[in-house]
Amino acid sequence: MMIIKGGKVYDPINKIDGEIIDIYIENGKVVEEPMNERNNNEDIIIDAKGMIVMPGGVDIHAHIAGPKVTKARVMCPDDHRKDVVRKTKITRSGTGYTIPTTFVTGYRYAKLGYTFVAEAASPPIATRHTHEELNDIPLIDKTAYIVMGSNHFVLDNIKNNNFDGLKNYVGFLLNATKGYAIKIVNPGGVENWKWGKNVNSLDDPVINYGVTPREILQNLAKVRRELNLPHAIHVHCNNLGSPGNFKTTLETIDALKGEPIHITHIQFNSYAGDGWASFASAASEISNKINSCDNVTVDVGQVIFGPATTMTADGPWQHTVYKLSHQNKWANVDAEMETGAGIVPYVFKENNAVNAIQWAIGLEILLLIKDPFKVCLTTDHPNAGPFYYYPNVVEYLMSKKKRDEMLNKINAKAKEKTTLVDLDREYTLQEIATITRAATAKIMGLKNKGHLGIGADADIAIYKFDENNIANSFSSAKYVIKDGKIVVKDGEIVRNHIGRTYYVKVKGEANDEIKEAFANYYSVSFENYAVQDVYVPKKEIIECYKE
Amino acid sequence: MEIKNVPCPFCGSLCDDIIVNVENNEIKSVKNGCGISITKFMKHHVNAVKSPMLKKEGNLVDVSIDEAIDKAAEILKNANYPLIFGLSTTECEAQSKALELAELIGATIDQLPSVCHGPSIMALQSVGQTTATLGEIKNRADMVIFWGCNPIEAHPRFFNRYSGAAKGMWSDRSKRYIVTIDMRETSTAKKSDKFIKISHGKDYELISIIRAAIKGQGIPDNVEEITGVKKEDLENLTNRMKNAKYGVVFYGMGLTQSFGKELNTDNAISLVKDLNEWTKFSIIPMLGHYNVAGAVHVWGWQSGYPFSINFALQYPRYNPGEFSATQMLVRKECDAALIVATDPVAHFPNEAARHLAGIPVITIDPKFSLTALISEVVIPCATAGIEAEGTAYRMDGIPLRLKKVVNSEFPPDREILERIIERLKEKMKEQ
Repeated sequence: MMIIKGGKVYDPINKIDGEIIDIYIENGKVVEEPMNERNNNEDIIIDAKGMIVMPGGVDIHAHIAGPKVTKARVMCPDDHRKDVVRKTKITRSGTGYTIPTTFVTGYRYAKLGYTFVAEAASPPIATRHTHEELNDIPLIDKTAYIVMGSNHFVLDNIKNNNFDGLKNYVGFLLNATKGYAIKIVNPGGVENWKWGKNVNSLDDPVINYGVTPREILQNLAKVRRELNLPHAIHVHCNNLGSPGNFKTTLETIDALKGEPIHITHIQFNSYAGDGWASFASAASEISNKINSCDNVTVDVGQVIFGPATTMTADGPWQHTVYKLSHQNKWANVDAEMETGAGIVPYVFKENNAVNAIQWAIGLEILLLIKDPFKVCLTTDHPNAGPFYYYPNVVEYLMSKKKRDEMLNKINAKAKEKTTLVDLDREYTLQEIATITRAATAKIMGLKNKGHLGIGADADIAIYKFDENNIANSFSSAKYVIKDGKIVVKDGEIVRNHIGRTYYVKVKGEANDEIKEAFANYYSVSFENYAVQDVYVPKKEIIECYKE
Repeated sequence: MEIKNVPCPFCGSLCDDIIVNVENNEIKSVKNGCGISITKFMKHHVNAVKSPMLKKEGNLVDVSIDEAIDKAAEILKNANYPLIFGLSTTECEAQSKALELAELIGATIDQLPSVCHGPSIMALQSVGQTTATLGEIKNRADMVIFWGCNPIEAHPRFFNRYSGAAKGMWSDRSKRYIVTIDMRETSTAKKSDKFIKISHGKDYELISIIRAAIKGQGIPDNVEEITGVKKEDLENLTNRMKNAKYGVVFYGMGLTQSFGKELNTDNAISLVKDLNEWTKFSIIPMLGHYNVAGAVHVWGWQSGYPFSINFALQYPRYNPGEFSATQMLVRKECDAALIVATDPVAHFPNEAARHLAGIPVITIDPKFSLTALISEVVIPCATAGIEAEGTAYRMDGIPLRLKKVVNSEFPPDREILERIIERLKEKMKEQ
């Protein structure tokens, strides 16, 4: 048995807010306090006196594995050279910076006290690749969302009013790819981009199919409910990145008519103005909407100043970023029948008006949404910045002084075009624990993550918290326990461990129509499409239906 | 027994519809494959290495696999600046183990792009790449350009299966305008709607002129003198490019290994990027070996770099040229080499091969090669995709599961490499 003694525990799901409680761990799970006094020399006692104890961090949205991530790694040797990681007796070598290699990704998440990360967008046909990479990310548990918003079968079934066909296909696809959730990126726009076009509103038709983003969202949300998936549809809205797009975001929420939706990196979809010159924050409008409804959760996509690598299935937006960035490096990939992707290196600059406003909008949203169970901390890694800057964002949230220091340093438009300067709220540790683990786990439907109740996975982070040095307190955990084993001690990796891959098992299987389309229009055989079991050597299957 | 949907482990097309007929652990016939594919499967056992071997008193003599692995580990342990090379025609799992080994001993690790499509990757690193999976070309492309490549002969099923004559959702041969740009009229050119003959080594110039023309600059009157291409052919070509609904450029070593190298590919990718202002255009390098892309991916996600990687400082460094196998050998830098699934003595320049012949070499290969003949240690393995399962990445990055259709008495590459790593670790502890 392992016992964490004397720590101040923050476990929002179980409403434990800084109480000093001992935590007992056996066989990788949190267990009840033993009835009898323990006097067992084999017990591992962690003295957490003076420290804070939280469930392991859960990241609801990051790009850590799969074709676009590795394309970006290969495309950007310039990104790695300034951030090299030596091998040690325990750990493998690698490189950073914005797109760390797989081993380094696992180590850095673990050092932050994170123990579960979701890859946010896997193209179905290449999800075998995503799983190969996930298997090379050590220490943490992981999962992958499957991109569906411009998939041929989705568009075709909606066009033919065949909801049962759609539902069956989505079930088939999640099973075949061993994925976790329905990811929708710029619904319809990714298909139109294959003809060099986009959609600009919820009612713009998709070329050759005639269906609209609104129909795609509504149908997939209904499929999500009927398939009993643990996580809501995970949506990257239309018009991402464009001035004035907050209206599209509000329309998207309205279009769902109460069906659950998780809107990801919503900072990028909370813009007012009718051009770059009048670019401004619409964080208040967005936050008010989220405060007023119960079916919407979000993650923020907080901007971190410095280099980033933008990568998304939103190909048309990436073409725009390419033109905006003047960096001359742009990758685009059209993936047959299903989706696409674009990659552009980018630098968020403190003295750039738009970037400064974007930075402030992210914090506004985090501060204006009242219920911390509705909002999650992300940087849409590596789109708005690398994930290992989360501790800096935590510092801005907990200290008005710190964030005002930054606000005064950056382009003055950030004060003028946002309300950040007027926001006095400071997050408590309990609220930080919520937006980094409790809310994320709950929103993803992970029953044994994000809390420390009896039966929870023994994935635990212990920090030495210094309120005068908040970012440092969270950037290097004192201890991290994964599956009941100490993997990080004093900020160093002390043990190798391979986590599990989570995926759902749902109703749905290939029918003749699906097989026929494969024979005619795919470049791979149907028989070679589904991800074989060998690609998930350590797994946790979430059963969503019973025979 | 008929085994269906077998991916062919030969070229970058990785056709996955091969039917292999097996009786008593012997391949009896192969259906759907091209001539190369059929030969690869039917003759996989011809010229095979029959036993692990060590060089003793100048001759290769049969030994146990344990002895061969022990010797391999010994050579690598004693080397100061070892080279690991090859791996483009084996499974990803072996590529992964090879990188782990390179890290363990501080080696340089390199693969075939270093001598073929490296310039494509270097161009990706300077300007990016707008590309597509092959099914997208089949479904959409109404304009296909083959530039400095000859798939009819090098990737025999490519033209019908994925590109020129493939029938897809919105396009087929009748809707597709096919152009071949090459210095000689290849068999691909003969199947095209238009053949444009370019003067040797003038690719960069021609691409630059097309880029300018697309942006509204006039085509110079002396273009034929510069590039060998008629002005009216170029006018027609640029018009068609801008008006295509979905265009694609496939290119080969005619672009990457002719004068200009990565500058040619850089320019070609830039042309395609420019075209996306008007329409949709993609560009795809015609990778030769079936799993070059696999090593680019695996090493990419594990080290950040695709080839020419060095671990001497205990972290990965990348520098084509400095850490390219050929140049390192020509400069006589490495003092031992591990060669997996390739034959550098047969294909490298003389000086490189000569240096290889003078240092201890370990070869892992199912077949006898010239490199095996000069090696200290030869370890036969199960052929990936025929005798061993594993993962491979098609030229466009689509990953497929390779199949095992017959058994081999030898372990796959990944297992041999793993055993060398284990033995090395033991030896390092003994010190």
